[in-house]
Amino acid sequence: MQPLIEVRNLRYRYEDGTEALKGVDFRLDPGESVALLGANGSGKTTFAMHLNGLLGAEGGDGRGSVAVCGMPVEKRNLAAIRRKIGMVFQDSDSQLFMPTVLEDVAFGPLNLGLDPEAAAERARTALHRVGMDGAAARAPYHLSAGEKRRVAIAGILAMDPEILVLDEPTTFLDPPARRSLAELLHNLPQAKILVTHDISFARSICTRAVFFQNGAVAATGSIGDVVDQFGWGFTPAKNDSGR
Amino acid sequence: MDVLAAPAVIGIARQAQRRFDDARAPLLGVMGAFVFAAQMINFPAGVGTSAHLLGGALLAMTLGAPAATVVMTAIIAIQALVFQDGGVLVMGANILNMAVVGVWAGYLPFRFAGATRWRNAAIFSGGALSVLVSAVCAMAELRLSGLPLKTLAVSAVVFLISAPVEGAITLGVVKALEAIQPGFVRQPEPGRGLHASMLAIGLAAVFLAAVGVLFSSTAPDGIEKLGLVSGTSERVKVLPATPFSGYEASFFASPWVRKASAGLAGLALIYGACLAIGRVAAARKRRA
Amino acid sequence: MHRGDPRVKVLNLLVFLVTLATAHRDLLPIAGALGGLLCCAIVWSRLPLTGALGRAAVVLPFSLAFAGVCWIAGDPTRGIHLAVKSYLSALAVLLVVSTTPLPALLGGLEAMGAPRFLLMVAQFLYRYLFVISEEAQHMAKAAQSRGATAAGMMGRSARFRAAAGALAVLFARSYGRAAEIHRAMLARGFQGHIETLAALHFRRADLALVIAGSLGPVALRLAVERFS
Repeated sequence: MQPLIEVRNLRYRYEDGTEALKGVDFRLDPGESVALLGANGSGKTTFAMHLNGLLGAEGGDGRGSVAVCGMPVEKRNLAAIRRKIGMVFQDSDSQLFMPTVLEDVAFGPLNLGLDPEAAAERARTALHRVGMDGAAARAPYHLSAGEKRRVAIAGILAMDPEILVLDEPTTFLDPPARRSLAELLHNLPQAKILVTHDISFARSICTRAVFFQNGAVAATGSIGDVVDQFGWGFTPAKNDSGR
Repeated sequence: MDVLAAPAVIGIARQAQRRFDDARAPLLGVMGAFVFAAQMINFPAGVGTSAHLLGGALLAMTLGAPAATVVMTAIIAIQALVFQDGGVLVMGANILNMAVVGVWAGYLPFRFAGATRWRNAAIFSGGALSVLVSAVCAMAELRLSGLPLKTLAVSAVVFLISAPVEGAITLGVVKALEAIQPGFVRQPEPGRGLHASMLAIGLAAVFLAAVGVLFSSTAPDGIEKLGLVSGTSERVKVLPATPFSGYEASFFASPWVRKASAGLAGLALIYGACLAIGRVAAARKRRA
Repeated sequence: MHRGDPRVKVLNLLVFLVTLATAHRDLLPIAGALGGLLCCAIVWSRLPLTGALGRAAVVLPFSLAFAGVCWIAGDPTRGIHLAVKSYLSALAVLLVVSTTPLPALLGGLEAMGAPRFLLMVAQFLYRYLFVISEEAQHMAKAAQSRGATAAGMMGRSARFRAAAGALAVLFARSYGRAAEIHRAMLARGFQGHIETLAALHFRRADLALVIAGSLGPVALRLAVERFS
């Protein structure tokens, strides 16, 4: 079975010289859901941006390799790769940049070359998938955080990807919105990568976790094991008076 | 004031000629939103007053002058259309004054002296000039449409105060920006000065013509005296009435109109020159 | 009116504005007639009339001040003319803008010849206007709660530098947001050209709108000028 994503020895340096990724290996199989955990600045988002070529598409020696659905991530494959991987970013406002919801969700299909009517149809189907049918004519500014997140996901689904990458998807969501997002993701068949701090959310969706530390993978395994290994769970310390 | 729509159209057409990449549209739009939002941050400007950033010079020094022109135009349009602030009828004139003339007046000092010892002075004068030059042009346009100089003097005082304030704010923000990330502020290239020099000359000419238009009628000169004596002024009353019917007759009876038309012709020539320069520059850019 | 073709509405607006702006003789009766036409259109579009009249009054402070100056300088008619024209033009713009969603309005402007890039910039500007204004408001409030407005707390130059710093931070965040937007566009297959969904359709109802909206103001003005 060919893996959906295969990363070997990925290295990356920022402009100022600091090493952001120090030889990361990673693999994603069809239908899998993986959580990327780790402290801020540990390299998880930098890693995620290599998967669809936002970083690292210029290639170069000694940088390692990233392959998506068998295609190496380089300039000539970017259009095809971005069709396979859909990425939802942390700030929904920066992602929903068109004046209306429908136009925004249709942005992807239009870029794929569909004509306006087919693109609008795809957009409507995607909105239905995420339960936001009535929002088509609304302005993104007026949506709640949870609604924006759903529309952003619809925008990705409209491109019919095989892999979903979500960067901190539960930011700004209240508990009910978190729950409905978890349900939605549960019902989507695509393979998923979740970059998150939200352990309980990750637990409900992902089968496996990869823990990043200082630009390298420190551990992989089940979520429970990884969390315990690194003390990533939260238990407030009790004070002496026993309250 | 509807006569002013024509130069504004020329101004907009010039922008359209610069083929901007679609990918830059979000950046320019977001920075336009920034300028709007920046109005909420108050700067202390003297006894109990506060001022806010107007933005033309700052945009030019960070995004480049052509991009700054487009952003300012979008700002003026949104302000007039969506917020009904700024008047739709004078939108064309505002665009010309602030987005075209004001931006370039704000950029050129920086362009010439931004890499020298005089950098701070250049940034300050950029901000101040962007206000001053666009104000002078606005007042000249008002003068051309018949407004007496006395009434303009009041607004002149306002502009004379806000010009150095804008200069100070622009300088303050540029310095603060450089502390955050030096890359934000452009480094003006010292070479290839031809394009910029011609623009500077053109702009100075526009400015002088505008000042000339403003002050030309305050002192009666020889021609006027001659006209009064030989009755030419009576004949002048009849001639221009036909093409410009609808304007108050008294405006055209004054000998001032002769000087004003000379000033207008001069301005038109300079706009034409700027247009030609713009075309040449765009053609060079395309070939490069 | 709300569903009218935006090209028609923009055209009507232009005709109205030109008719208004070029009127000099008998301005007041013409303005009255045109104002009446606008009010009818406002009511017909089911917009709140008093609300609209009030919104358009935003232009009044400036034009009334100007009118006052003109009156002092001995030319009151010019001042009144200016105030009347600016108010009516604001009302007309308000009518069009309230009955047309912004993307459609920009589409209409593009069809009338406005440069496409400029309209795209305006579209993004409007989209992020409130987002960034909120950020600015947060920053202003945070500064306020730390005593920035208490003139005695910090010297003037310190407050100036604080404000400059705040603006620089806002600039940096806006710039960063633009980079995020660009990344989001790339991630969804952006190749260099922003495509649009909407296709404009001209319907029979639009024909009536064009006739009423363009010929109406012109006919009114000619009638007033003829019969005064």
